Amino acid sequence: MAEQTVKFYQVGSFAVGNRLVDPQQRTVQSDRGRWNSLTSGHRACQGCGQALGARYVLDAAMAATDGQMIVVNATGCLVAFSTQFPESSWRVPWIHSVFGNAAAVGTGVAAALKTAGDTKTRVVVVAGDGGGVDIGFGCLSGMFERNDDCLFVCYDNEAYMNTGVQRSGATPAAARTATTEAIGREPGNAFGKGKSLPLLAVAHGIPYVATATVADLHDLEAKVGRAMDLRGARYLHVLVPCPLGWGTAPEDTIRIARLACETGLFPLFEAAYGEILQATPIRRLVPVEAYLRPQRRFAHLFGDPPRTDDISRIQEIADRNIRRFGLLGTDEDGGQR
Amino acid sequence: MFQVRFHGRGGQGVVTAAELLAVAAFNDGRHAQAFPSFGAERSGAPVASFCRISEREIRTRAPIDEPDALVIQDATLLRELGLFSGLKPQGYLVVNTAKTLEELGVAGIAKDLPANHVLSLRATEIAIAHLGRPLPNAVMLGGLAALTGVVSLAAVVSAIEERFSGAMRDGNIAAVTEAFNQTRLGPEALVAHRVSPGRTVGASPD
Amino acid sequence: MLRQIEGSRAVAEAVALCRPRVVCAYPISPQTHIIESVGTLVKSGRLKPCEFINVESEFAAMSVLIGASATGARTYTATSSQGLLYMTEAVFNAAGLGLPIVMTVANRAVGAPVNSWNDHSDAMALRDAGWVQLFAETNQHAVDLHIQAFRLAEELSLPVMVCMDGFTLTHAVERVEIPTQEQVDRFLPPFEPRLILDPAEPVSIGGVVGPEAYTEARYLAQARHLGALARIPELADDFGRVVGRQSGGLVSSYRCEDAETIVVALGSIVGTTKDVVDQMREEGTKIGVVHLTTFRPFPEAALAAALEGAHRVVVIEKALAAGSRGILGADVGALVTDRGTRTFTVVAGLGGRAITEGSLRRVFGEAIRGELGAVSFLDLDRDAVDRELARMAADVGTPPSVGRVFGDLRTPTARIV
Repeated sequence: MAEQTVKFYQVGSFAVGNRLVDPQQRTVQSDRGRWNSLTSGHRACQGCGQALGARYVLDAAMAATDGQMIVVNATGCLVAFSTQFPESSWRVPWIHSVFGNAAAVGTGVAAALKTAGDTKTRVVVVAGDGGGVDIGFGCLSGMFERNDDCLFVCYDNEAYMNTGVQRSGATPAAARTATTEAIGREPGNAFGKGKSLPLLAVAHGIPYVATATVADLHDLEAKVGRAMDLRGARYLHVLVPCPLGWGTAPEDTIRIARLACETGLFPLFEAAYGEILQATPIRRLVPVEAYLRPQRRFAHLFGDPPRTDDISRIQEIADRNIRRFGLLGTDEDGGQR
Repeated sequence: MFQVRFHGRGGQGVVTAAELLAVAAFNDGRHAQAFPSFGAERSGAPVASFCRISEREIRTRAPIDEPDALVIQDATLLRELGLFSGLKPQGYLVVNTAKTLEELGVAGIAKDLPANHVLSLRATEIAIAHLGRPLPNAVMLGGLAALTGVVSLAAVVSAIEERFSGAMRDGNIAAVTEAFNQTRLGPEALVAHRVSPGRTVGASPD
Repeated sequence: MLRQIEGSRAVAEAVALCRPRVVCAYPISPQTHIIESVGTLVKSGRLKPCEFINVESEFAAMSVLIGASATGARTYTATSSQGLLYMTEAVFNAAGLGLPIVMTVANRAVGAPVNSWNDHSDAMALRDAGWVQLFAETNQHAVDLHIQAFRLAEELSLPVMVCMDGFTLTHAVERVEIPTQEQVDRFLPPFEPRLILDPAEPVSIGGVVGPEAYTEARYLAQARHLGALARIPELADDFGRVVGRQSGGLVSSYRCEDAETIVVALGSIVGTTKDVVDQMREEGTKIGVVHLTTFRPFPEAALAAALEGAHRVVVIEKALAAGSRGILGADVGALVTDRGTRTFTVVAGLGGRAITEGSLRRVFGEAIRGELGAVSFLDLDRDAVDRELARMAADVGTPPSVGRVFGDLRTPTARIV
């Protein structure tokens, strides 16, 4: 694959993986010779978290596999904005089949490689929350159960965005979507529903499970690297804010993702064979309100009067995560912070 | 064309019996078609299987409504209505039992058939003697072969060799051969069958 | 080698000879023996290199094969009925992507009501998916068609469905000639994919195609599909040269040369029909039967030629086109209607109801005497349904109940087989 000359626009020290640091500590993204697995010219919205996440993850995977990789993509925004005939933004071998079967297609690719005696080429399956949590879950669970040699990456923007922002099994409580409108006695998505695909992945006992966001590029690339060092079924869940669906400013994508972690609503952790190994501590705890306010999908919580009960319940979700994953660690005296 | 219908209960190897007969006919150089009655697989339910034997290619797949021979592997099925339906007037009947047909209450049906076309065969006892288990399906073929001549003993033995291995193969071959020879000698020999000393003969199936 | 084995096992042996590299399936009656046999061949090392993958659904099974085929592996699966319908989305997808997957469909009725016995409802439900659909008349035919299917699929870059009657063929033990590995290798070269996922030459497979190009994409797929009509007879000839047996092709006729009545059917019922044809011929009736080995693409020209001269055509249809006038019957009827030939569609064998020689003789006679309607049901319990229809008419609003209809019906043994 021919190298592309990439133009970097510096907009602050967070830009492009801190390319001013020591070369050994730089990210794959900061390298002018990076793969650009998903290259420019696609039709994603301005500020799309998934477009960013896809390039981050797949470039890191290409680096880890020395470019020997095949990508399977479930139907969703990523497919729709990257392959409008006769163009394709993909610089890697790529296949899209249908919505719910990406994990199974990945299994098939891996099987074909194995019977061809190819031990170098690796398989990465990518899907949105719909293709992972809901319609794709059956095939995903099967892939996990068989420990098929694929990395499944779920880009979670917490709703069916491609079709117009409808509720998925990953939509958080109280969030407004087109099928959970902010009206009625319980505006937005109901409380007490939803599932955690990362924890479900852990429950399958597979070799590697991790969560990440587009806010911490080093962390994300390291997790991809660790995943690609292993064989068998591996799962990576990446939070990718969607400006359109979440009602956030396009330039706030990374900031919002960071806030999700700092509230405890999106725990960053790694697990293997059914055990959670470590969770990234929150450096600067933030109340959930700071995360919810900038998102129009939660605007109905801050009306007149504000829905303080709902906000409290969301805070409880965050607090539960903090306890469960030990996100605040302990201070020097051994006490829980 | 010679058409055989087997009756038994799920788990008794009725389907295998029809298949073995078909393979035996094949071994004799003839065309054969075997198929089961199809249903949910559960032990103990009444099951039928079928076998056609012919010199020429068999093309029809229609059910066997008028069998030339009936093989009843489980005498408790004799109470079922329609068990004998369609059996040809000159047809053959082989029943796995230690009782006489009068004792079983089906003498009426048997009396319309030629006397030397009816066989009560202690297949379960013979099976237990040679196999140690009540698996009479292959044994019944020995009786059928001797009674009807539709397949040779050698062909049945060959079919058993292909299908089974080890003790099952050896036991079935011995059992089939005994059933065949005893049938040839006449029904009295079978009713008077004795197992070797020291073995316990289990209760007959009826 | 001539063997006396169960149809399922014969197909498994034939498939193994074709050297698939990825086999993936989900169990469903009556396909289970096929898949179990292939699995055993893989696990014992007789078929290698091959990955045999047990998946969690038929949808997953077809999807696994989509991935494997796109990565250059020869692939195979088998299913029936509910399983075929469950993988429908992937079945269409495979055809659209042009992947040469071969699948056995052990034909079985589709619920509701749930029924595990043979009819053609499943294959008919997927007839427009873009797959080539072949129907086997006997287990020998099934063996031969599977081998030809792999080559046809790979030459056309289209998936191929080989249909064989569930239970009736899959579970019948009969005489089959299994070709040798050397013969199959001579007939079937290694798979050379048209398009392959390969890091050395990246391609994007399965992207979005909008209104400006979708029609052309479908037209080209159709052209490829129709290309099978020319290729199938050529492959059958080639196969015949290699194994010394003519098998396959578009249609095959039996005693149709001077036939005034021609029966058209798919699958194993043709065997029974041939016996009836012989009986009726002996009595002086000019009758013959045509088997449609290739159902999709529909072999219009070949079938029209086979039906030349017939005064009437009787189509035996093992499926029911809900709310319509027949599937095979409609396709056949459209061919001969402007010749003035009458077509009688006889719906028979639904849900595994046995078709007897007597019933066939009777219905052929009725067609000849003009006593048959355009669409009729063979061996329908007229009394039972008429009673229920009368009750429904009097009691508007209550839906029909199968239980009510058959509550007092004694089912004779002959019908169950």
